[in-house]
Amino acid sequence: MIADVVLASGDSCHFESSAHCGFPAPGPEIFVFDTWFSIGPFEVTKPAFLAVVACAVICAFFWAAFSKAKLVPNRIQSVGELGYLFVRDQIARPMVGAKGDKFVPYFLAMFVFIWLLNFMAFIPLAQFPVTSRIAFPALFALVAWVIYMYLTFKNNGLVGGFRNLAVPSGLPWWVYIILTPIELLSNIIIRPFTLTIRLFANMFAGHLLIAVFSVAAWYLVSPTVVGMASSAASFTMAIVMTAFELLIQFLQAFIFTMLVAGYIGQAYEEAH
Amino acid sequence: MSAIVQTVLAAEDTVSGSLGAVGYGLAAIGPGIGVGLIFGNGVQAMARQPEMTNVIRTNMFIGFALTEALALLGFVVPFVFP
Repeated sequence: MIADVVLASGDSCHFESSAHCGFPAPGPEIFVFDTWFSIGPFEVTKPAFLAVVACAVICAFFWAAFSKAKLVPNRIQSVGELGYLFVRDQIARPMVGAKGDKFVPYFLAMFVFIWLLNFMAFIPLAQFPVTSRIAFPALFALVAWVIYMYLTFKNNGLVGGFRNLAVPSGLPWWVYIILTPIELLSNIIIRPFTLTIRLFANMFAGHLLIAVFSVAAWYLVSPTVVGMASSAASFTMAIVMTAFELLIQFLQAFIFTMLVAGYIGQAYEEAH
Repeated sequence: MSAIVQTVLAAEDTVSGSLGAVGYGLAAIGPGIGVGLIFGNGVQAMARQPEMTNVIRTNMFIGFALTEALALLGFVVPFVFP
């Protein structure tokens, strides 16, 4: 954690202090947490705890919104419907098409869960994007990959499924010699991998960036005018990056869901 | 030739830093150009066809995400293979 980095470098380690010490740049170690306690083989850490909290919040919200759904919605049901319609009209229908509506529950659950896990970076005391632990995006990508593969082979059969995955239509025959292996590799192996990396690395980089500016604001503090101005600039930058991260958190949850919807839509495409 | 070798050997003593940072800088060039093209052309398309804004924005973000993944791979690799 940041506090450990700061403390490890000593209390008096500032930029213009007499004790010469380098900038204590935060690294990947700020993503490693101590185990709080163990339940059987499961070690509960801060990210795991935050994930459970996020899950409970989502369950409570949608239970409150839709357990007694009425034709004329009350406030909380209106908000729930807003989210449902956003996922249906912006993600499911454009990307999957006519079959999209039956996937809306999956997309909505995934979208809201990823968004809330990302959003944990903004909530005071939590302040850690849970998806910057690669296990979380990897599991989302694995679930999406299983559904994608299942639908591809269910809708097209074994041969048709591979044709759907590897042979895009409407090209001269010699292009397929190069394109088929690439498409096969891309669709089966690289897609879940990039899904994972995209979400993970965005949250990882964003959190690291905020940590760097926060530590720099502390490090640059000194009794001179230049020192205070630099520190204030760095602190402002940390605030600005936090605001920018709010946009990224939403965008990454949206993009993840939209790409998964695009893959599922591809599984429904007829082979030409 | 020997002058170049001496310059390189001298640089070895003075220049230091993380090769991962240099690698990330190189990895960011291509996606940087790509993301610029995507958003530039996306904004142009929205200006020409304002009624298609929603469709254009959706596709713009898909292209952005696919391009950005390359830069992010360059960002992650130095952590994975230090």
